[in-house]
Amino acid sequence: MAEPMRIRATMAGDVADVKVLMNHPMETGLRKDAKTGQLVPALYITTVTASINGASVLNSGFGTGISKNPYLGFKVKGAKAGDKVVVNWTDNSGDKNTAEATIG
Amino acid sequence: MNALRRNVLKGAAGAGTVAVAVAAGLLKPTLAMAVAPRSAFDTKNLADAMSGLGSAPADSKDIVVKAPDIAENGAVVPVEVISSIPGTTSIAIIAEKNTTPLVAQFDLMGGTEGFISTRIKMGSTALVRAVVTAGGKNYTTAKEVKVTIGGCGG
Repeated sequence: MAEPMRIRATMAGDVADVKVLMNHPMETGLRKDAKTGQLVPALYITTVTASINGASVLNSGFGTGISKNPYLGFKVKGAKAGDKVVVNWTDNSGDKNTAEATIG
Repeated sequence: MNALRRNVLKGAAGAGTVAVAVAAGLLKPTLAMAVAPRSAFDTKNLADAMSGLGSAPADSKDIVVKAPDIAENGAVVPVEVISSIPGTTSIAIIAEKNTTPLVAQFDLMGGTEGFISTRIKMGSTALVRAVVTAGGKNYTTAKEVKVTIGGCGG
């Protein structure tokens, strides 16, 4: 159900530069709906993990303070062009999404 | 969950509750360190958020927090943290005056460098603080970001 996530991974020297754009509303639970005046329930990504060729490179925990449609950039030394990057996220409702890309 | 949260709140008084729990083997170190405890993300004050990350950090000049001096829109504030401390294993980002100060925590492994780039929400003008863990010790640095329109709730 979740919308796709985009990953771009490029090599810069011997370091892979990975950029991930997730599609997620990241509701804090503090915002009120403009029409109804009701609080919009919190809905946000809690964990994001990344691996390259099956080996973990990043485990992260998000709070509500990450912007809507989260962007995440990180750099991995020792990766090679052609390696496969997989990124997973889970939100507080249990919704999950995963995407993969090849380092180019 | 609630019990854990209580523990973390108590940790403000007796800092290091988490460390004690780890030492006592109550929490598996690998899991405990993998990502800050969930309760740290729910806590509403800075001291609790910091204690959720472990020992009190020392100021370091080897960490750079890149963020705009003035953010026109607090809903999207680009932040980059670059740690040149060798053996950096974790980076946490804290917006000191947010309702929930701990924004995110990243555990780095398998060749990932001390670099994180993301976008955060900020409720008001505040220090954006990075807490870096390297070799089991915490280091920190902060940069002030002026926010003209808050991005939390509203």
